[in-house]
Amino acid sequence: MDVKDDTHRDAATPGPHIQMTYFEAIVQAQLEEMHRDERVVLMGEDVSVHGGGKLIECFGKNRVWNMPISEGSFTGVGIGAAINGLRPIVDISTASFIYLACDQIVNQASKLRYMTGGQIDIPIVFRCCMFSTGSEAAQHADRPYPLFMNVPGLKIVSPTSAADIKGLMKSAIRDGDPVLVFEDTRLWPLKGDVPTDPDHLIPIGKADVKREGEHVTVVAIAGAIRPTMEAANYLIEEGISVEVIDPRTLKPLDYEAIKMSIEKTGRLIIVENGHRICNVGSEIAAVMAEESFDLLKRPILRLSAPDIHVPFSPALEKDFFPTRDSIVGAIRRLL
Amino acid sequence: MQLKGDRRLEAFRRMLRIRRFEEEGRRLFNGGQIPGWFHTTVGQEGAIVGASLALRDDDAMTGTHRSHGHPIAKGAHLQALMAELMGKEGGVCKGRGGSMHFADSSVGIISESGIVGGGIPLATGCAFSAKVRGVDQVTLCFFGDGAVNQGTFHESLNMASLWRLPVIYLCENNGYAMTTSVATSHGQPDIALRAAGYGIPGEIVDGQDVSAVYQSAAYAVTRARAGQGPTLIVANTYRFDEHNIGLAVSGEPYRQVEEVEAHKRDRDPILLYRTVLLEEGVNEETLTTIEHEVAQAVTQAVQFALASPMPRPETLPDYMFVSTIAH
Ligand SMILES: Cc1ncc(C[n+]2csc(CCOP(=O)(O)OP(=O)(O)O)c2C)c(N)n1
Ligand SMILES: [Mg+2]
Repeated sequence: MDVKDDTHRDAATPGPHIQMTYFEAIVQAQLEEMHRDERVVLMGEDVSVHGGGKLIECFGKNRVWNMPISEGSFTGVGIGAAINGLRPIVDISTASFIYLACDQIVNQASKLRYMTGGQIDIPIVFRCCMFSTGSEAAQHADRPYPLFMNVPGLKIVSPTSAADIKGLMKSAIRDGDPVLVFEDTRLWPLKGDVPTDPDHLIPIGKADVKREGEHVTVVAIAGAIRPTMEAANYLIEEGISVEVIDPRTLKPLDYEAIKMSIEKTGRLIIVENGHRICNVGSEIAAVMAEESFDLLKRPILRLSAPDIHVPFSPALEKDFFPTRDSIVGAIRRLL
Repeated sequence: MQLKGDRRLEAFRRMLRIRRFEEEGRRLFNGGQIPGWFHTTVGQEGAIVGASLALRDDDAMTGTHRSHGHPIAKGAHLQALMAELMGKEGGVCKGRGGSMHFADSSVGIISESGIVGGGIPLATGCAFSAKVRGVDQVTLCFFGDGAVNQGTFHESLNMASLWRLPVIYLCENNGYAMTTSVATSHGQPDIALRAAGYGIPGEIVDGQDVSAVYQSAAYAVTRARAGQGPTLIVANTYRFDEHNIGLAVSGEPYRQVEEVEAHKRDRDPILLYRTVLLEEGVNEETLTTIEHEVAQAVTQAVQFALASPMPRPETLPDYMFVSTIAH
């Protein structure tokens, strides 16, 4: 089902655009990069279910590899292949399965360039998607990006619009280092204008102001952008103007963009679906307290999932993640 | 060790309880009364029930995302299971688990893992505990053909063999892991052959023949209880439904419609066993009575589930820890 993406400004980028969903944009990015560079290969389970059908048609089975259910090792196979001349995209599908691949990502991919004194490069992309609010229950609904933020040697992106996921996926594939791409399934069906230029990239490490405002800065991570935009729209009528920033890249974070915004608003809220302890919000709040304390008129607030596992029951899951109303409430508290 | 006397009727009853429970669940799922993802075991009841019937009540079990059949095969009540499907307070996991996680400890199930291969070490550990404690409990470990390719399978079978743990590894080989066939994902598609690499017995059994599965599992259970270690049983079976209800697979179909239809027609474990029972002299009336009772039990389960309340929001943190932690 296609859903109109009303959470984003119309892209102001010049040049030809085409409407597509966030999900289609991920596939398109891979398609273009596989055309551009024959070293790019895709590895994942049931690739046709996860959008790879089109890629198999275009590139055949020597470029698109269907994996056995062996995340712990096929991730390492990808890393080994990256060291030896390929540029793999490893599709781990549901983000909760990345725990099985953790050892290879953390102990090998993130460390080997450093530990070999720069003798080897590991140009690899790990792609996975985060479910929430669909009663997937705790073993399919994790958002494990904070875990990986704590690991040196990894770059992590989690953009929120079709144009951004395309541009960042392409940057990730062209990057010479391991990059984790966390897609949010709540964004998959959102449509947006996407530049057709195959060299249109979004740089890793650059945030985007998704909406300009005066009174409060809300940094929204991944799927949390949807209720955040709803909250911002809702508050217009009350004359409250909210600035919404999407970091797009979670590591390295674009602290400058956040500082510039709070210089104007003096108020900061971070909204995300990750669990509360040691998440992106914690990191942003810590850095802002260290480096921009004087810019803040009010305490920093964080909205997130609680330190509890994602419940199956819709009755418990309903308010588990930040909602429009909880974000509106937080904004009011700061004004 | 053959299924005899009333145990045969129990096998028929339990297979039917799984089938009717899931058919009703599928209907409610399609009607929006059950959230999340719904994986049925329709077509695989023979393998599940045959193996479970070889256990004692105090034996343990682990299972998979395709979890509905396991507790029912072990003798669970249907009410709390149906309520769990709907995410109700009266659910077996209090609405915290759902369809993929029917771990019903009242019948000895310690885990139904949504992580493919995640239950294999747990079953091994369960059996390890029995050995350390010196009790004669046995653990039955269900997993799919796809899970065989996880490292957990390899590592667990090695330890179970090394320490002769009382565990039965029961592979529900339905030929596919989602859209990926055994042939396209296993270097050695004869899964039973893997057992030799660990120095344990491995055998293939017709999973559509409940009594054959029983026989093979009963033998493995006897060995395990006698301290002779683990067995790998590969029950060849077939899933009649899509991997999960509503899953749309784009592009080339991964299995032919004719293949699915032929299995439904000729290889339905319940129909096959019904015929066997009649041939063995069980009268039609006995079977229709069972069919009637099962239908009634499922209806009651739905009524119970519908009447059960949703968990209250303030109970969200319940069951996180044994000792409560303030939030
Ligand atoms: C670690 C992990 N990887 C991938 C998945 C996604 N997934 C769910 S079921 C499944 C196929 C499992 O196949 P099999 O073990 O044969 O069991 P079946 O579904 O056929 O009963 C896959 C790939 C998962 N749940 N866990
Ligand atoms: Mg299977």
